[in-house]
Amino acid sequence: MVDIVAMAKQFIHALPHSVMLGMEPREMGAGEASISMPYKEELIGDPVTGVIHGGAVSALMDTCCGAAVMCHPDNRGGTATIDLRIDYMRAATPGQTIVARATCYHFTRSVAFVRAVATDDDTGNPVATATGAFTVEAKK
Amino acid sequence: MSPRSKPESVQVIKQRRDTALRVLTEAVPYIRFLGIEFERRGDELTGILPFKQGLIGNPLLPALHGGATAAFLEVTAVMTLNWFHLWDDLEAGKINLETLTPASLPRLPKTVDFTVDYLRTGLPRDAYARARITRAGRRYASVQVEAWQDNRERLYAQAMGHFVMPAPRETEGE
Repeated sequence: MVDIVAMAKQFIHALPHSVMLGMEPREMGAGEASISMPYKEELIGDPVTGVIHGGAVSALMDTCCGAAVMCHPDNRGGTATIDLRIDYMRAATPGQTIVARATCYHFTRSVAFVRAVATDDDTGNPVATATGAFTVEAKK
Repeated sequence: MSPRSKPESVQVIKQRRDTALRVLTEAVPYIRFLGIEFERRGDELTGILPFKQGLIGNPLLPALHGGATAAFLEVTAVMTLNWFHLWDDLEAGKINLETLTPASLPRLPKTVDFTVDYLRTGLPRDAYARARITRAGRRYASVQVEAWQDNRERLYAQAMGHFVMPAPRETEGE
Protein backbone atom coordinates (compact mmCIF):
# COMPACT_ATOMS: atom_id res chain seq x y z
CA MET A 1 0.00 0.00 0.00
CA VAL A 2 2.81 2.38 0.92
CA ASP A 3 4.38 1.74 -2.45
CA ILE A 4 1.16 2.60 -4.27
CA VAL A 5 0.84 5.86 -2.31
CA ALA A 6 4.45 6.79 -3.01
CA MET A 7 3.92 5.92 -6.67
CA ALA A 8 0.74 8.04 -6.88
CA LYS A 9 2.52 11.04 -5.34
CA GLN A 10 5.43 10.60 -7.70
CA PHE A 11 3.02 10.20 -10.60
CA ILE A 12 1.31 13.56 -9.96
CA HIS A 13 4.68 15.29 -9.91
CA ALA A 14 5.39 13.67 -13.28
CA LEU A 15 2.21 15.04 -14.93
CA PRO A 16 3.30 18.18 -16.81
CA HIS A 17 -0.18 19.73 -16.78
CA SER A 18 -0.67 19.20 -13.03
CA VAL A 19 2.75 20.74 -12.40
CA MET A 20 1.85 23.68 -14.70
CA LEU A 21 -1.26 24.38 -12.60
CA GLY A 22 0.75 24.11 -9.35
CA MET A 23 -0.97 21.03 -7.90
CA GLU A 24 0.50 19.47 -4.77
CA PRO A 25 -0.44 15.99 -3.50
CA ARG A 26 -1.50 15.98 0.17
CA GLU A 27 -2.72 12.68 1.57
CA MET A 28 -3.16 9.40 -0.28
CA GLY A 29 -4.81 6.28 1.11
CA ALA A 30 -6.64 3.17 -0.11
CA GLY A 31 -8.87 4.58 -2.86
CA GLU A 32 -8.53 8.08 -1.41
CA ALA A 33 -6.59 11.12 -2.56
CA SER A 34 -6.30 14.77 -1.63
CA ILE A 35 -4.59 17.39 -3.80
CA SER A 36 -4.25 21.14 -3.30
CA MET A 37 -3.93 23.93 -5.85
CA PRO A 38 -2.71 27.31 -4.55
CA TYR A 39 -4.26 30.46 -6.01
CA LYS A 40 -2.31 32.12 -8.78
CA GLU A 41 -3.16 34.84 -11.27
CA GLU A 42 -2.74 32.62 -14.35
CA LEU A 43 -5.73 30.56 -13.22
CA ILE A 44 -8.18 33.50 -13.15
CA GLY A 45 -11.26 33.00 -15.29
CA ASP A 46 -13.13 36.19 -14.43
CA PRO A 47 -10.88 39.27 -14.62
CA VAL A 48 -13.55 41.44 -12.94
CA THR A 49 -13.69 39.39 -9.71
CA GLY A 50 -10.38 37.47 -9.82
CA VAL A 51 -12.21 34.16 -9.40
CA ILE A 52 -10.41 31.03 -10.66
CA HIS A 53 -11.65 29.54 -13.95
CA GLY A 54 -13.94 26.50 -13.68
CA GLY A 55 -11.61 24.69 -16.07
CA ALA A 56 -8.77 24.85 -13.52
CA VAL A 57 -11.07 23.38 -10.87
CA SER A 58 -12.03 20.65 -13.39
CA ALA A 59 -8.37 19.85 -13.97
CA LEU A 60 -7.80 19.58 -10.21
CA MET A 61 -10.85 17.31 -9.79
CA ASP A 62 -9.79 15.10 -12.71
CA THR A 63 -6.28 14.68 -11.33
CA CYS A 64 -7.53 14.00 -7.80
CA CYS A 65 -10.12 11.42 -8.96
CA GLY A 66 -7.49 9.69 -11.10
CA ALA A 67 -5.10 9.59 -8.15
CA ALA A 68 -7.81 8.00 -5.95
CA VAL A 69 -8.29 5.27 -8.57
CA MET A 70 -4.54 4.68 -8.75
CA CYS A 71 -4.41 4.34 -4.95
CA HIS A 72 -7.17 1.72 -4.87
CA PRO A 73 -5.78 -1.61 -3.59
CA ASP A 74 -7.28 -3.53 -6.57
CA ASN A 75 -5.71 -1.23 -9.14
CA ARG A 76 -3.10 -2.83 -11.40
CA GLY A 77 -1.74 0.14 -13.33
CA GLY A 78 -2.77 3.40 -14.93
CA THR A 79 -6.24 4.82 -15.43
CA ALA A 80 -8.04 7.19 -17.80
CA THR A 81 -11.17 9.29 -17.36
CA ILE A 82 -14.30 7.92 -19.06
CA ASP A 83 -16.52 10.78 -17.94
CA LEU A 84 -16.48 13.47 -15.30
CA ARG A 85 -19.27 15.76 -14.15
CA ILE A 86 -18.49 18.88 -12.12
CA ASP A 87 -21.13 20.85 -10.21
CA TYR A 88 -20.07 24.37 -9.34
CA MET A 89 -21.76 25.41 -6.11
CA ARG A 90 -20.11 28.79 -5.62
CA ALA A 91 -17.15 30.89 -6.74
CA ALA A 92 -13.90 30.03 -4.95
CA THR A 93 -12.69 32.97 -2.85
CA PRO A 94 -9.82 34.73 -4.70
CA GLY A 95 -6.45 34.28 -3.00
CA GLN A 96 -7.33 31.01 -1.27
CA THR A 97 -5.90 27.53 -1.99
CA ILE A 98 -8.39 25.00 -3.34
CA VAL A 99 -8.22 21.48 -1.91
CA ALA A 100 -9.88 18.52 -3.64
CA ARG A 101 -10.63 15.23 -1.85
CA ALA A 102 -11.63 12.20 -3.93
CA THR A 103 -12.95 8.77 -2.95
CA CYS A 104 -13.03 5.77 -5.22
CA TYR A 105 -16.23 4.24 -3.78
CA HIS A 106 -16.72 1.32 -6.15
CA PHE A 107 -14.25 -0.72 -8.17
CA THR A 108 -15.14 -3.36 -10.77
CA ARG A 109 -12.99 -5.32 -13.23
CA SER A 110 -13.50 -2.62 -15.85
CA VAL A 111 -14.67 0.61 -14.19
CA ALA A 112 -13.82 2.65 -11.08
CA PHE A 113 -16.48 5.02 -9.72
CA VAL A 114 -15.25 8.16 -8.00
CA ARG A 115 -16.64 11.25 -6.29
CA ALA A 116 -14.82 14.34 -5.11
CA VAL A 117 -15.36 17.60 -3.23
CA ALA A 118 -13.37 20.82 -3.60
CA THR A 119 -13.20 23.46 -0.85
CA ASP A 120 -11.32 26.68 -0.11
CA ASP A 121 -10.65 28.03 3.41
CA ASP A 122 -14.38 27.81 4.21
CA THR A 123 -14.18 24.01 4.39
CA GLY A 124 -17.81 23.47 5.41
CA ASN A 125 -19.09 25.14 2.24
CA PRO A 126 -17.94 23.25 -0.89
CA VAL A 127 -16.86 25.15 -4.02
CA ALA A 128 -17.57 22.20 -6.34
CA THR A 129 -18.33 18.48 -6.37
CA ALA A 130 -17.48 15.90 -9.01
CA THR A 131 -18.59 12.41 -9.98
CA GLY A 132 -16.81 10.32 -12.55
CA ALA A 133 -16.09 6.94 -14.06
CA PHE A 134 -12.53 5.83 -14.79
CA THR A 135 -11.02 2.93 -16.72
CA VAL A 136 -9.48 -0.07 -14.93
CA GLU A 137 -6.67 -1.96 -16.60
CA ALA A 138 -7.43 -5.61 -17.31
CA LYS A 139 -5.62 -8.22 -15.20
CA LYS A 140 -2.82 -9.89 -17.08
CA MET B 1 -40.70 54.53 -48.03
CA SER B 2 -37.89 55.56 -45.76
CA PRO B 3 -34.48 55.41 -47.41
CA ARG B 4 -32.54 52.33 -46.36
CA SER B 5 -29.20 53.15 -44.71
CA LYS B 6 -26.12 52.14 -46.64
CA PRO B 7 -24.61 48.84 -45.45
CA GLU B 8 -21.37 49.16 -43.48
CA SER B 9 -18.17 48.37 -45.34
CA VAL B 10 -16.82 44.88 -44.85
CA GLN B 11 -13.62 46.20 -43.25
CA VAL B 12 -15.56 48.10 -40.60
CA ILE B 13 -17.63 45.03 -39.71
CA LYS B 14 -14.63 42.69 -39.64
CA GLN B 15 -12.54 45.04 -37.57
CA ARG B 16 -15.30 45.52 -34.99
CA ARG B 17 -15.97 41.78 -34.64
CA ASP B 18 -12.30 40.75 -34.57
CA THR B 19 -11.46 43.46 -32.02
CA ALA B 20 -14.33 42.33 -29.79
CA LEU B 21 -13.18 38.70 -29.98
CA ARG B 22 -9.59 39.66 -29.21
CA VAL B 23 -10.58 41.81 -26.23
CA LEU B 24 -12.82 39.07 -24.79
CA THR B 25 -10.13 36.38 -25.23
CA GLU B 26 -7.13 38.35 -24.00
CA ALA B 27 -8.93 39.57 -20.89
CA VAL B 28 -9.02 36.11 -19.31
CA PRO B 29 -5.67 35.03 -17.78
CA TYR B 30 -6.54 31.31 -17.83
CA ILE B 31 -7.28 31.39 -21.59
CA ARG B 32 -3.86 32.97 -22.18
CA PHE B 33 -2.20 30.49 -19.77
CA LEU B 34 -3.50 27.49 -21.74
CA GLY B 35 -2.82 29.27 -25.06
CA ILE B 36 -6.38 28.91 -26.39
CA GLU B 37 -7.22 30.94 -29.52
CA PHE B 38 -10.49 31.58 -31.35
CA GLU B 39 -11.17 31.75 -35.07
CA ARG B 40 -14.30 33.46 -36.36
CA ARG B 41 -16.42 32.86 -39.45
CA GLY B 42 -19.34 35.30 -39.25
CA ASP B 43 -20.72 34.64 -35.80
CA GLU B 44 -19.35 31.07 -35.62
CA LEU B 45 -16.39 30.49 -33.31
CA THR B 46 -13.86 27.67 -33.33
CA GLY B 47 -11.62 27.19 -30.31
CA ILE B 48 -8.04 26.11 -30.99
CA LEU B 49 -5.75 24.57 -28.37
CA PRO B 50 -2.23 24.61 -29.85
CA PHE B 51 -0.22 21.72 -28.44
CA LYS B 52 2.43 22.40 -25.83
CA GLN B 53 4.24 20.13 -23.38
CA GLY B 54 2.44 21.65 -20.39
CA LEU B 55 -0.88 20.16 -21.56
CA ILE B 56 0.37 16.57 -21.21
CA GLY B 57 -1.19 14.40 -18.50
CA ASN B 58 0.29 10.99 -19.05
CA PRO B 59 3.91 11.45 -20.16
CA LEU B 60 4.33 7.74 -20.93
CA LEU B 61 1.75 7.55 -23.74
CA PRO B 62 1.99 10.64 -24.17
CA ALA B 63 -1.58 11.97 -23.91
CA LEU B 64 -3.27 15.30 -23.19
CA HIS B 65 -4.36 15.77 -19.57
CA GLY B 66 -8.10 15.20 -19.09
CA GLY B 67 -8.17 18.45 -17.14
CA ALA B 68 -6.68 20.41 -20.05
CA THR B 69 -9.33 18.93 -22.33
CA ALA B 70 -12.13 19.73 -19.86
CA ALA B 71 -10.88 23.31 -19.51
CA PHE B 72 -10.61 23.72 -23.29
CA LEU B 73 -14.22 22.56 -23.74
CA GLU B 74 -15.46 24.80 -20.93
CA VAL B 75 -13.59 27.84 -22.24
CA THR B 76 -15.08 27.23 -25.70
CA ALA B 77 -18.59 26.83 -24.24
CA VAL B 78 -18.40 30.02 -22.15
CA MET B 79 -16.82 32.06 -24.95
CA THR B 80 -19.43 30.92 -27.49
CA LEU B 81 -22.27 31.63 -25.07
CA ASN B 82 -20.88 35.05 -24.16
CA TRP B 83 -20.28 35.87 -27.83
CA PHE B 84 -23.90 35.02 -28.65
CA HIS B 85 -25.10 36.98 -25.60
CA LEU B 86 -23.17 40.14 -26.57
CA TRP B 87 -23.60 39.89 -30.34
CA ASP B 88 -26.57 42.25 -30.75
CA ASP B 89 -25.01 44.93 -28.54
CA LEU B 90 -21.66 44.59 -30.33
CA GLU B 91 -23.30 44.88 -33.74
CA ALA B 92 -25.33 47.89 -32.61
CA GLY B 93 -22.14 49.57 -31.34
CA LYS B 94 -23.49 49.66 -27.77
CA ILE B 95 -20.24 48.27 -26.33
CA ASN B 96 -17.35 50.69 -26.64
CA LEU B 97 -14.36 48.48 -27.47
CA GLU B 98 -11.85 51.33 -27.16
CA THR B 99 -12.57 52.00 -23.50
CA LEU B 100 -13.12 48.37 -22.50
CA THR B 101 -10.61 47.08 -19.92
CA PRO B 102 -10.45 43.61 -18.30
CA ALA B 103 -12.05 45.15 -15.21
CA SER B 104 -14.96 46.72 -17.10
CA LEU B 105 -15.92 43.71 -19.24
CA PRO B 106 -19.57 42.68 -19.41
CA ARG B 107 -20.37 40.00 -16.78
CA LEU B 108 -19.69 36.41 -17.91
CA PRO B 109 -22.16 33.48 -17.83
CA LYS B 110 -21.60 31.29 -14.75
CA THR B 111 -21.13 27.53 -15.07
CA VAL B 112 -23.65 25.51 -13.04
CA ASP B 113 -22.43 22.09 -14.12
CA PHE B 114 -20.23 20.64 -16.83
CA THR B 115 -20.00 17.00 -17.93
CA VAL B 116 -17.19 15.77 -20.16
CA ASP B 117 -17.12 12.49 -22.10
CA TYR B 118 -13.62 11.37 -22.97
CA LEU B 119 -14.13 9.47 -26.23
CA ARG B 120 -10.54 8.94 -27.32
CA THR B 121 -7.06 9.60 -26.01
CA GLY B 122 -6.04 13.21 -26.61
CA LEU B 123 -2.95 13.06 -28.82
CA PRO B 124 0.04 15.40 -28.44
CA ARG B 125 -1.09 17.77 -31.20
CA ASP B 126 -3.49 20.71 -31.73
CA ALA B 127 -7.14 20.31 -30.77
CA TYR B 128 -10.24 22.13 -32.03
CA ALA B 129 -13.65 22.69 -30.47
CA ARG B 130 -17.00 24.13 -31.44
CA ALA B 131 -19.96 24.75 -29.15
CA ARG B 132 -23.66 24.73 -29.95
CA ILE B 133 -26.12 26.58 -27.76
CA THR B 134 -29.05 24.19 -27.44
CA ARG B 135 -31.08 26.61 -25.35
CA ALA B 136 -30.47 30.26 -24.58
CA GLY B 137 -33.01 31.42 -22.04
CA ARG B 138 -33.12 34.72 -20.22
CA ARG B 139 -31.70 33.15 -17.03
CA TYR B 140 -30.34 29.72 -18.01
CA ALA B 141 -28.57 28.29 -21.03
CA SER B 142 -27.59 24.78 -22.17
CA VAL B 143 -24.52 24.27 -24.33
CA GLN B 144 -23.02 21.26 -26.12
CA VAL B 145 -19.36 21.19 -27.15
CA GLU B 146 -17.44 18.89 -29.47
CA ALA B 147 -13.66 18.59 -29.72
CA TRP B 148 -11.53 16.86 -32.31
CA GLN B 149 -7.94 16.73 -33.47
CA ASP B 150 -6.96 15.44 -36.91
CA ASN B 151 -10.36 14.35 -38.12
CA ARG B 152 -13.56 16.38 -37.64
CA GLU B 153 -15.66 13.18 -37.65
CA ARG B 154 -13.61 11.47 -34.92
CA LEU B 155 -14.35 13.45 -31.75
CA TYR B 156 -11.89 12.93 -28.92
CA ALA B 157 -14.16 14.59 -26.33
CA GLN B 158 -17.61 16.09 -26.00
CA ALA B 159 -19.31 17.95 -23.19
CA MET B 160 -22.64 19.31 -22.01
CA GLY B 161 -22.98 22.23 -19.63
CA HIS B 162 -25.57 24.43 -17.97
CA PHE B 163 -25.02 28.12 -17.28
CA VAL B 164 -26.64 31.02 -15.45
CA MET B 165 -26.79 34.10 -17.66
CA PRO B 166 -25.76 37.52 -16.32
CA ALA B 167 -28.48 40.08 -15.60
CA PRO B 168 -29.34 42.20 -18.68
CA ARG B 169 -26.80 44.93 -19.31
CA GLU B 170 -27.84 48.51 -18.74
CA THR B 171 -26.90 50.37 -21.88
CA GLU B 172 -26.72 54.13 -22.30
CA GLY B 173 -29.93 55.83 -23.24
CA GLU B 174 -32.16 52.96 -22.09
